Amino acid sequence: MPRETLILFAGVVGVLVFASAVGAILKARSGGDPSPTVDNLNARVKAWWVMVALLGAAIAFGKAAVVVLYAMASFFALREFITLTDTRRGDHWALLVAFFVALPVQYWLVWTNWYGLFAVFIPVYGFLLMPAIAALRQDTSDFLTRVAAQQWALMICVYCASHVPALLTLEIPGYEGRQVLLVAFLIIVVQGSDVLQYVFGKLYGRHKVAPLLSPSKTWEGLVGGVLSATLLGAALWWITPFTPWQAGLLAFVICVMGFLGGLVMSGIKRDRGVKDWGHMIAGHGGVLDRIDSIVFSAPIFFHLTRYWWT
Amino acid sequence: MSVLQMFASTLITGFARVVTGVRPDWRGTLPDASQRIYFANHASHGDFVLIWSVLPKPLRDRTRPVAGADYWEKDRLRHFIGTEVFRAVLIDRVASARKEDPLSVMSRALGEGDSLILFPEGTRNTTEETLLPFRSGLYNLAAKHPDVALVPTWIDNISRVLPKGEVLPVPLLCSVTFGEPLRLQPGEDRHVFLDRARAALLALSGRQDAHPAPVPLDGQPHAA
Repeated sequence: MPRETLILFAGVVGVLVFASAVGAILKARSGGDPSPTVDNLNARVKAWWVMVALLGAAIAFGKAAVVVLYAMASFFALREFITLTDTRRGDHWALLVAFFVALPVQYWLVWTNWYGLFAVFIPVYGFLLMPAIAALRQDTSDFLTRVAAQQWALMICVYCASHVPALLTLEIPGYEGRQVLLVAFLIIVVQGSDVLQYVFGKLYGRHKVAPLLSPSKTWEGLVGGVLSATLLGAALWWITPFTPWQAGLLAFVICVMGFLGGLVMSGIKRDRGVKDWGHMIAGHGGVLDRIDSIVFSAPIFFHLTRYWWT
Repeated sequence: MSVLQMFASTLITGFARVVTGVRPDWRGTLPDASQRIYFANHASHGDFVLIWSVLPKPLRDRTRPVAGADYWEKDRLRHFIGTEVFRAVLIDRVASARKEDPLSVMSRALGEGDSLILFPEGTRNTTEETLLPFRSGLYNLAAKHPDVALVPTWIDNISRVLPKGEVLPVPLLCSVTFGEPLRLQPGEDRHVFLDRARAALLALSGRQDAHPAPVPLDGQPHAA
């Protein structure tokens, strides 16, 4: 394991200790008055401990563990997504293929470094064969809507998410054996941006970005969060193959994509009339609520890095 | 309970959790050790596994599903799971095959102090309707055991996880909602009671009833 990993891990644990302390102080200061905001903050911090522990363990164990962790995240995300779509009996085989063929094969392709097929497996083969399987069942009511929703679910929950562990397959000259730090960089920046947007929004939030879509996103939160997370990314240049400027620029792209991801996924939740995708992570909602920003930023970060650095 | 039974029980509930992430919603009542009849919608063989999975362990050990003997006696595996793991109260659904009246079989289980899971539709609902009309079993049982609370229990999504005729389940989130317990009122008519119980269960589904009003006696549907 690279030495940087330990330093990073110590830093993240330090932030969590700080966040837990702030949460405890806010709780004590509320003097027993129930405050949903403080309780939610504490639930979020607690869940972060678990997620950091999981991710830290996966990174320590290496590529196989990161691949398995993300395959599981994809499974839970896909389960949440498909639950909110209207499925019919005629979708059963196609859905079985999505869960038990497409998902494991996509992550197997990551594991075996088969980039050529990894990049086209779901967008080409999945795209053409899934609706064909559904068509064989001859249930035509809402056919296009159902097929489109399943494609979307598979692209977001499996294809896009699989680009996080795929960072481990990038061969960057002079960066051999340290790709796991790229995963850490992406996750710290994108989740840092989420958390900082939340913090800036709670402290200074006045003007809503998209009130019809998401009442909690404010311009103050967005600008403060994205700028500070961009600086955070630049400050982490030493764990990446990038210069500080490049790291900052990539971090900025990651933050913007993450924000757009949150926005798009909010749109879907609104459309389906739910507040959260699920209930798996206390304080956060479902798995998709937590990784919506990652799934949008990971493929872009992957391809920018792959194009310019490999 | 033997090791094998415990292992099978853990395996089945664990599998149900992985596939469905099932969550209880104790909306109308709390988990309670008092004797109850959970009456639920029936769309899949996975139904009572879900109710069973969300009941706290001490309650689960005292709660028995009522199920068709024709299905659960078919082979040795089903027999083991049905009678040894779930401790199902098996009733003969086909009148000609009956050795014993279903009512007295269920009544005996209640007499032993166990709670029951009952599907008053009588059979799996594979139609597009939200809930089929109730059979009389629930009323007869309530009349015989007026002290046992009847808990409407809505199971959501399991029919999409395992539609009729499919073998492999598709992973989808499921939930089990427990409504406010109800009891048979003194002198309450059978039809009135069954309608009330069915309405209580439907209310938990959050869906519109396709057939809210009883069909008029003249058989003419109302003009739309």
